[in-house]
Amino acid sequence: MSNAFSMESAGELALTEEILHIEKPEKREPLGIFFWICVGWIALNIIGAIFANVLPLQNPLYQDYGAINTAPSLHHIFGTDDIGRDIFARVVYGSRISITVGAGAMLIGFGLGAPLGMLAAYRRGRFDLILSTIMYIFLAFPAIIATIAVLSFWTPRTLLKIIVVIGLASVPLVYRVIRTATLSVATKDYIIAAKVQGATDRRILLKELLPNIAPIGISFLLIGIATVVVLEGSLAFLGLSVNPPTPSWGNMINEARTVLAQNPWLVIFPSLAMCLFLLSLNFIGDRLRNHFDVTEVKL
Amino acid sequence: MLRYVTRRILMLIGIIFIISIGSFYLIHLLPGNITVVIEGPGASPANQAKLFKLLGLNKPIYVQYFVWIKNVLSGNLGTSFISQTSVVSTIRAAFPIDLEIMVLSQVLAFAAAIPLAMRSARKPDGPLDRVLSAGSFTLLSVPPFVIIVLMVLYFAIKLAIPNIGPSSYVSFSQDWITNLESLSLPAITLAIGSFVLYFRVLRSDLIATLQEEFITMARSKGISQRRIMWRHAFRPSSVALLGAAGINIGGLLAGGFVVQYLLSIPGLGYTLISAINQSDYLLVQGIVLVVAVGVVLINFTFDFIINLVDPRISRE
Repeated sequence: MSNAFSMESAGELALTEEILHIEKPEKREPLGIFFWICVGWIALNIIGAIFANVLPLQNPLYQDYGAINTAPSLHHIFGTDDIGRDIFARVVYGSRISITVGAGAMLIGFGLGAPLGMLAAYRRGRFDLILSTIMYIFLAFPAIIATIAVLSFWTPRTLLKIIVVIGLASVPLVYRVIRTATLSVATKDYIIAAKVQGATDRRILLKELLPNIAPIGISFLLIGIATVVVLEGSLAFLGLSVNPPTPSWGNMINEARTVLAQNPWLVIFPSLAMCLFLLSLNFIGDRLRNHFDVTEVKL
Repeated sequence: MLRYVTRRILMLIGIIFIISIGSFYLIHLLPGNITVVIEGPGASPANQAKLFKLLGLNKPIYVQYFVWIKNVLSGNLGTSFISQTSVVSTIRAAFPIDLEIMVLSQVLAFAAAIPLAMRSARKPDGPLDRVLSAGSFTLLSVPPFVIIVLMVLYFAIKLAIPNIGPSSYVSFSQDWITNLESLSLPAITLAIGSFVLYFRVLRSDLIATLQEEFITMARSKGISQRRIMWRHAFRPSSVALLGAAGINIGGLLAGGFVVQYLLSIPGLGYTLISAINQSDYLLVQGIVLVVAVGVVLINFTFDFIINLVDPRISRE
């Protein structure tokens, strides 16, 4: 039984590959050196966020009243803030919040939205109609307003609540993108070939559809994380994210606005850290999309 | 067309219904005794009873919804226990400011995006196109709250230009020049974000349109470049532009909240955030409801306009 199955799948695989080859002539756009610089930068940020308490950083909460609002120096390479805390340490620790919220919310968004989107596009019929209508209605709901509203009432605000709220708010969008991507693949010849050969739904979904929509999914995932990081930053800026003194890029910029005239470094460094992180994510996402040439799917 | 519009209106009603349920349910997310949380621990029993009656708290939850929606439909969103003014009048006072910022920013964004996108699309990958594309891609990664803080830092603090910094807002009827000055940084900030979006959408759509056969036809007839751009290429491409503008409304509003908050401009965003900080929940609920319904209505209007421009969409 298992032998027969693997024989069949081997034949099927060869067939799919053949058709794939015919349909996709190899003319992929090269990724380029800047792409890898961006990947490196993201990796550095993630490593910094994970190992922040192991790295030789100063305590981000320690207040040194001997060094208030100092400019960048050898001792404090990004300077210190209005109560003498080391800005560099706070920027590194601050990346934790942004990265956790970005990754966590997208985990929820993709965890729910992607399987539903794939199933709806594969099954079609009434299931697709009902689900798509519901998602479409929620998509019209201004997500940012909903996020602000829920977070202002659902007190006390914790990191987990923020992740859950943003994650759920992103489900309809993820659903739509994945559904559209799956639809464009589901009618291809090799899917029909697999069906004709009697492949199970599960197999078609996981082994035929998933690998083919993965590039779009990953590209959208990265851009989605960037969007969530901006959203968390806006919430933190408005004082609706994790409470100080825990540093996050958004609340550092928020705190800095009161001492803008005395200490511009306090706003420049977290802003720079955030923008470079976002730029890298957007660039990687954009490049991957061009690389895999998925322009027919409008995101 | 009629069928399409009917379907969209039914959907619109569905969406507004869900928004109303969501806004209604918000106050039930509050921990503890709702009347005490909303009115503060020092609330008089009379006020508590009034609120209790307004919210219909002794009844089952679906009845509470009907009590609430009946009040909302007759224009009663409750009275703030902090300012003692009705939520509706607070919203009515704040809303025109948001509208003004939005209109200003959109005028600026379109005025910059349309000509520049046309220039760019004329020679794709030319020097101007490269600079603008790279620049707009970079700006895509700069959130509005970073732009506004850096602009305040540079223009209001370093260059010390008067009337544009925090807390310099005066109303339009009081002194319209100072009013425009005080709203200039918010408008520019939001315009930058919108410009990036509109420029990118219009540029890529124009490039695609310019390769169509009817453009070649127009060229071969000797029609001027300028006329081809505006009359032949821009018309079909404007559908994509309108679509982008419609989608942009929600983000624009959120960006507006951020800039108002920083500059203490008393629009809906600033009012909302101070209401949240003061735990003025009825005001928060009212603003959320009004803003969410407003966004949905604007999106609907945009869809409708797009349909008028390109009737093919409703026939799909």
